[in-house]
Amino acid sequence: MASVEYLEQAKQTPVRHRRVSAWLQATPLTLTFLLFFIVPLVITLIVSFWDFNEYQIIPAFTLKNYAAIFDGCGSSTDVCVTFKTYWSTLRFCAIVWAVTLVLGFAIAYFLAFHVRTTAMQTVLFLVCTIPFWTSNVIRMISWIPLLGRNGLVNQALMSAHLVDRPIEWLLYSNFSVVLAFVHLYTFFMIVPIFNAMIRIDRALLEAARDAGASGWQVIREVVLPLSKTGIVIGSIFVVTIVMGDFLTVGVMGGQQIASVGKIIQVQTGYLQFPAAAANAIILLAVVLMIVWALTRVVDIRKEL
Amino acid sequence: MNDEQASAREADTTNAGISRRTFIKGAVAAAGIAGFPYVHAQEKITLRYLGTAVNQSAEIAKKFKEDTGIEIQYIPVTTDDVTKRIITQPNSFDIVDTEYFSLKKLIPAGTLAGMDAKRIKLADKITPVLTKGEVNGKKIGDQGTAPKKVMFLKGARSTEFSATPTEWMTLIPTTYNADTLGIRPDLISRPVTTWADLLDPQFKGKAALLNIPAIGIMDAAMAIEATGHVKYGDKGNMTKAEIDQTIKVLIEAKRAGQFRAFWRDFNESVNLMASGEVVIQSMWSPAVTKVRTMGIACKFQPLKEGYRSWASGFGFPRSLQGKKLDAAYEFVNWFQDGWAGAYLMRQGYYPGVTETAKSHMQAYEWDYWMEGKPAAQDIKAPDGQLLEKAGTVRDGGSYSQRMGAIACWNAVMDENIYMVQKWNEFIAA
Repeated sequence: MASVEYLEQAKQTPVRHRRVSAWLQATPLTLTFLLFFIVPLVITLIVSFWDFNEYQIIPAFTLKNYAAIFDGCGSSTDVCVTFKTYWSTLRFCAIVWAVTLVLGFAIAYFLAFHVRTTAMQTVLFLVCTIPFWTSNVIRMISWIPLLGRNGLVNQALMSAHLVDRPIEWLLYSNFSVVLAFVHLYTFFMIVPIFNAMIRIDRALLEAARDAGASGWQVIREVVLPLSKTGIVIGSIFVVTIVMGDFLTVGVMGGQQIASVGKIIQVQTGYLQFPAAAANAIILLAVVLMIVWALTRVVDIRKEL
Repeated sequence: MNDEQASAREADTTNAGISRRTFIKGAVAAAGIAGFPYVHAQEKITLRYLGTAVNQSAEIAKKFKEDTGIEIQYIPVTTDDVTKRIITQPNSFDIVDTEYFSLKKLIPAGTLAGMDAKRIKLADKITPVLTKGEVNGKKIGDQGTAPKKVMFLKGARSTEFSATPTEWMTLIPTTYNADTLGIRPDLISRPVTTWADLLDPQFKGKAALLNIPAIGIMDAAMAIEATGHVKYGDKGNMTKAEIDQTIKVLIEAKRAGQFRAFWRDFNESVNLMASGEVVIQSMWSPAVTKVRTMGIACKFQPLKEGYRSWASGFGFPRSLQGKKLDAAYEFVNWFQDGWAGAYLMRQGYYPGVTETAKSHMQAYEWDYWMEGKPAAQDIKAPDGQLLEKAGTVRDGGSYSQRMGAIACWNAVMDENIYMVQKWNEFIAA
């Protein structure tokens, strides 16, 4: 294991002041980490056990915030709100992950292996950032004239006589939510996969070819295993963003589709901070479990 | 209403110093207008004005500075954030413009001071719609958090409401209005006369609902009561059973595909209506106006069950004192003096004191906005943009017709926490 090696190194360098300077060097990050990550997280955890009324939060130790979240979840006939919400969010996660993975891998592969010059790679890379050139909200609102009942797509389909009535599910549906997610977050998949691919030794590909591998076999047996780190990092990005998102689901789903983020937002809006904190803790736990599972697949630290 | 308009209109703040000359001019004008022999301090006074962007017009701040030399610095946030800041950061503003219905949360928190009615010059001219719940002596609907229920305090620093008028007021009214359904008359062939039409299967997939739970559920209740499914004791203060019934009907309607979308934001409601995605939804008067200025037919449809109404007003934090307190009272008095009132009326709102606004309006404007008469000339917005052509009549008619038909007021229910929980269930259904 890596940690054992470090210990051995430490024994070999017994100079004391180097240790002090190492501690000092680590201090700024540690403090920042403590102040802006650990402390707020601990406060959130503490507040999630507090009581509240209309206008104040009351220091106490109560489990009622958690009880409210899982209210009715024991029933076998009707699925409770929380399970339903997580189910819908997890489903988005899975679909968006699968689509962005295929797209991201294909685009990154194209950029890394088919585009010859670095200049062209840079230009095409910048093209991938186009979705981020306008604000999130404007971008999402502009889907309406495209996908709406009287939008461009429906007008085109109708004038081509492919349909006689506007297709309703193009907008404010699961479809439009997934579409917007893919449009937004494929880039987060492209970057780490591209980064992993660019470091693959080209000689390996040639060797595979020489050994008689077909194009598909090269991808499956050489490129894919060597880009695993990038895939996992990209997956972590996409999964964590989709799990916490409420804006995209809200706007593209016509606010009719529930998301965990939306529930938290409504609760903070009504000053129900302890309830929101409890939801945030549950969400954090779920996301951490997913990330943990992903890191089981690939040991990121080892690969980097 | 008016949630999240902060993003729509950024308030500007100018921090330029005042020259001695304009300062004196301002001071003289202020003394003349307010009628109080205030001696202004030599240092510049800046009032931090917390509220939603809707009343925070740059024109009003500019005019007030011209008149008094006092600077207004706007802090535009959303309705929810106004409430949050009053409770959690009461020292971060000098004046707040908030809605009456949130007082049920704000006053027990004890961060706002009572407003001394003796220092409000036009206190007895404040519209009886808000103080007594009457129009021309006729009682109007008082379901929900009607302003008259939360208008007075038992003492200067009391955290309890007084049922009878006292010297201490919670808020001094700025604007109020009544909301109803907005429709696209060009896409709806039959007349719409009742809130029940919001749930009519004829508009399946073409209706929308406001996704601010406290207000959305009241719109829903207006519609459900109109269909005859549920009879409410008080739509603004439902029992748990009533909340359950309401959410049940809503979930059924949602599963049947009645709603195209829910919205939270002023611009979202305008977009839904203008694009034709939605043809019937609860709307705010200025949103209807905005759709119409885009050249699209849109009607603020009066309904037989009446309106859901709201009102907002000025309050001061308890920490406000000395010269800043004097300046804040001066601002409130100036606000009621008519110029600002006329400005707000041209946006489609009603000001807390209507009589003084009249003297700042043309007769034809007054006739259109207040009397419900056909416009004798083209009606223009405060910025000079054409709102209505000559000859049109205001939707819903005159002031007394509109205000007289109020059915309920925006509210915070006693079962608010339960309601929010059930509303989330409805969204997840």
